[in-house]
Amino acid sequence: MCLMKKLINDPADVVKEALLGIEAAHQDRVRVDHENKVVYRVDAPRAGKVGLVSGGGSGHEPMHGGFVGLGMLDAACAGEVFTSPVPDQMMAATKEVDGGAGVLHIVKNYTGDVLNFEMAAELAAAEAGVEVLSVVTDDDVAVQDSLYTAGRRGVGVTVLLEKIVGAAAEEGRSLGELAELATAVNRQGRSMGMALTSCTVPSAGSPTFDLPDDEMEVGIGIHGEPGRQRLPLAPAKDVAALLVDPILGDLPYGNGDPVIAFVNGMGGTPLIELYLMFNEVCQLLDKAGITVARSLVGNYITSLEMAGCSVTLLKVDDDLLRLWDAPVNTAGLRWGA
Amino acid sequence: MSTVDVSSVSGWLRSYAEAISEHAAELTELDAAIGDADHGTNMNRGMQAVVAAIDGGDFADVAALLKKAGLTMVSTVGGASGPLYGTFLLRLGGALDGASDITAEKFGAALRAGVEGVVARGKAELGDKTMYDAWVPALDAYDAAVASGADLPAALQAAAAAAARGRDETTAMVARKGRASYLGERSAGHQDPGATSTTLLLESAAAALS
Repeated sequence: MCLMKKLINDPADVVKEALLGIEAAHQDRVRVDHENKVVYRVDAPRAGKVGLVSGGGSGHEPMHGGFVGLGMLDAACAGEVFTSPVPDQMMAATKEVDGGAGVLHIVKNYTGDVLNFEMAAELAAAEAGVEVLSVVTDDDVAVQDSLYTAGRRGVGVTVLLEKIVGAAAEEGRSLGELAELATAVNRQGRSMGMALTSCTVPSAGSPTFDLPDDEMEVGIGIHGEPGRQRLPLAPAKDVAALLVDPILGDLPYGNGDPVIAFVNGMGGTPLIELYLMFNEVCQLLDKAGITVARSLVGNYITSLEMAGCSVTLLKVDDDLLRLWDAPVNTAGLRWGA
Repeated sequence: MSTVDVSSVSGWLRSYAEAISEHAAELTELDAAIGDADHGTNMNRGMQAVVAAIDGGDFADVAALLKKAGLTMVSTVGGASGPLYGTFLLRLGGALDGASDITAEKFGAALRAGVEGVVARGKAELGDKTMYDAWVPALDAYDAAVASGADLPAALQAAAAAAARGRDETTAMVARKGRASYLGERSAGHQDPGATSTTLLLESAAAALS
């Protein structure tokens, strides 16, 4: 067992101290409520605009705090590493960003996140009279979806959804319209991930699972949880097929369908490898007759220092592309503004 | 003669906090195998906060104490365990609201109300490899003991022993709820962390409410 090598002080202070850094680095865009561990858009609440609140465990940076700002989220609640935030945080955020048009919760499908956001929505409606709707993302094809499981995990689509729905909120769409749009985006996106290494939760101090040097985990989530399958290490083109094939098999992406193709790093893989993977993904999509209308390559929804990547494909139409291209100004995504 | 009062229930929660602290590494290790390696850490943070709330509070009755403990768990634990244990304690307290002279029967009915709250939130069924697999045999053993004339301590002993058996049986199960369900068949062969912390809760109750 190797010692944990991390740039931290006390494992118990990691989230608190990272939030201090986020505030110091991005004070033009965000302010941080350190007591509730919520990152707010600097000018929230915006009168008449639906507030977008997301959140989840920490350790996935830049998600979600790095997606707070113009054209994306109004607030992001930070839980402990890989642990859902608590209802108090979500309630504080919900009340704070309500500009009179209601609040949309964007929740990744994990039991803890769903339960805590549910409690928060019930309490916010009862206590403060804020109208809250929720969308739960569940795009991970690695998980068999059935009545007998917690269902598919919310992964890469969450990033694309926060951008697209954020732009639509900026246009002044209603809470109901945004919830409908968010549901449609989630339904049209699929993801699949793999890991070359495990990761170490600071408070645990040792890697979540052991992975021999010559093997990889396929079908992982974003919490260092083991995947569905352990396979011998393979060349990038074979790994790309392992990720793309189940996605294509799950959604009927047809000939000529445009997609946003997103190759995401898990935190410990360099960009040179992510771009190499993106090229492999493009070749597979080309063979399948799918058009890459837009692309995103980089570390956006990570799992601490885990090496590996995920692929997300989102089927788009002109409206979604226009919303994708709209200005965004956050620490994690910025263009046109 | 055992009594369920503010003092003994405080003692139960304190002893549970000690048990969680003592077993935190083990709970986290169980969670690492099939989940995300934080159950011990999260429960420990929550129960330390509960102890601080007991230290700083003055409670009129058992119901007020348990509700405070439940809200504290919801506010500090996060993950699925926070809402689930928090809901259990809130419902347990709610069921004992206004009760004077808490008999073994009344306490058993309150435990069942607490577990019904857990099921309403988590929607687990027997055999899903969750804390519910420790709760069900525990409640049944408790009721059977009371029906055959056992007093509260003896009924809680029976419940704790049954919870431990239920916990052990989760090892062979394939998870159908929570993060462990993502593993499918690979979740079999590992003991469920939630059933483990539930067994500790009942063992603490058996020791403290005697």
